[in-house]
Amino acid sequence: MIEASGLTKLYGLQPALRGVSLHVAAGEILAVLGHNGSGKTTLVRLLATLVRPTAGTARVGGHDVVTAPEAVRRAIAVVGHTTQLYDDLTAAENLAFAEALAGRRAARDRVESALARVGLDGQGRTPVRELSSGMRRRVALARAILREPRVLLLDEAFSGLDQDSTKRLEDHLHVFRAGGGAALVVTHSLGRALAVADRVTILAGGRIAGVATRAELSETALRQLYLEATETGA
Amino acid sequence: MSAFLRTAWAVLRKDLAIERRAKEGANALGFFAILLLFLFYFALGPDRERIRTALPGLFWLAFILAGLLGLGRAFALERENDCLDGLILAPADKGAIYLGKVGGTTVLMLAMEVAFIVASGVLYNLDLWAAVPDLFLVALAGTVGFAAVGTLFAAMTARLRAREVLLPVLLLPLAVPVLLAAVKLTELALVAGPAGAAGPWWRLLLGFDVVFVVTGLLTFEFVLEA
Repeated sequence: MIEASGLTKLYGLQPALRGVSLHVAAGEILAVLGHNGSGKTTLVRLLATLVRPTAGTARVGGHDVVTAPEAVRRAIAVVGHTTQLYDDLTAAENLAFAEALAGRRAARDRVESALARVGLDGQGRTPVRELSSGMRRRVALARAILREPRVLLLDEAFSGLDQDSTKRLEDHLHVFRAGGGAALVVTHSLGRALAVADRVTILAGGRIAGVATRAELSETALRQLYLEATETGA
Repeated sequence: MSAFLRTAWAVLRKDLAIERRAKEGANALGFFAILLLFLFYFALGPDRERIRTALPGLFWLAFILAGLLGLGRAFALERENDCLDGLILAPADKGAIYLGKVGGTTVLMLAMEVAFIVASGVLYNLDLWAAVPDLFLVALAGTVGFAAVGTLFAAMTARLRAREVLLPVLLLPLAVPVLLAAVKLTELALVAGPAGAAGPWWRLLLGFDVVFVVTGLLTFEFVLEA
């Protein structure tokens, strides 16, 4: 579902990613860990077709991110650092607008159901401006759920969520995986990575500095691997 | 309705809903329009013929400012929370998004233009009723042309730091043919000119409208993703 080979991205002369290769199969979740500036967000933006790679190739949902970006966009849902929500629209209007752009009419019950799945029952008519930052993030997650994507790209989607919402997102990811979806989850939390991911990749200085499967790791072992990888790779 | 038009309609409705609730642009424009009307009244005096002669320039001065504010707002709200990324990620025809943005700006500008024409008629004690149909058509055609080329440049400069300065610098020279034709046609609507005088100006205005809209439809995708 996600394949990247030798993915490199330079901003000017500054490398953000250096020859990253990875693979996420259907029904699999890959967690990407790394320090600030290690290239995690650049990786998500490349896979989401928001930026073009300087070198290397990537296919998402079976489509090349450079030559078939529209096909990739139809296959994915992205929850990024920012919510991409309009503050002056209500939560339900934001979701309906996103669905309209995807060429679908969002029935009210589908929108309410998506909001209920992220714990925002009855908040559909609240302007986003009046929601807390955690609730806004949940609206962004509801938008991703509503899209019913084959591939989920989550960039720090857990940050700002309370425990209940974190649990809901974890549960949703498990259901998504069981349904054959593929997800790439960028997170700073080793615990979150172990809770949801089948495999963990550690980025340092734009390179892959460590890879492990969940079966191989306890949180202590992952912490040790993370420290070694970020020290040697940075 | 085709998927293309549904997308354009969704973008237009969204922009109008946000503008209706935020009211930031409308308040700024209302204040500026009243100020402009009073200043011109003091500058030109009560001579109605003198005012009528100056009215086309006054109208389009106000309309250009309304357009620049409207275009700035249309993409300022896309910058908040990185909504511009959301538009890029949408699996929709980017031409339809462009058409929706042009439609939103056109409707907002037209609303301000109608209010401005009515207010100037009342304040200057001018009988503009006979000219209203022609004035509306000129305002519509001029506004579509201005919004069409303006939306393209507003999208181009949306992520730049000096966008407030760059937008008018890039847009206004290119919009000159549209503005010249619109001012001339407004003058002909207010003060009847010789028969057939409007024909060449209409051809110029509509020709540039078509060129700007088609160019926008074809290039907006590349502008948005640049």
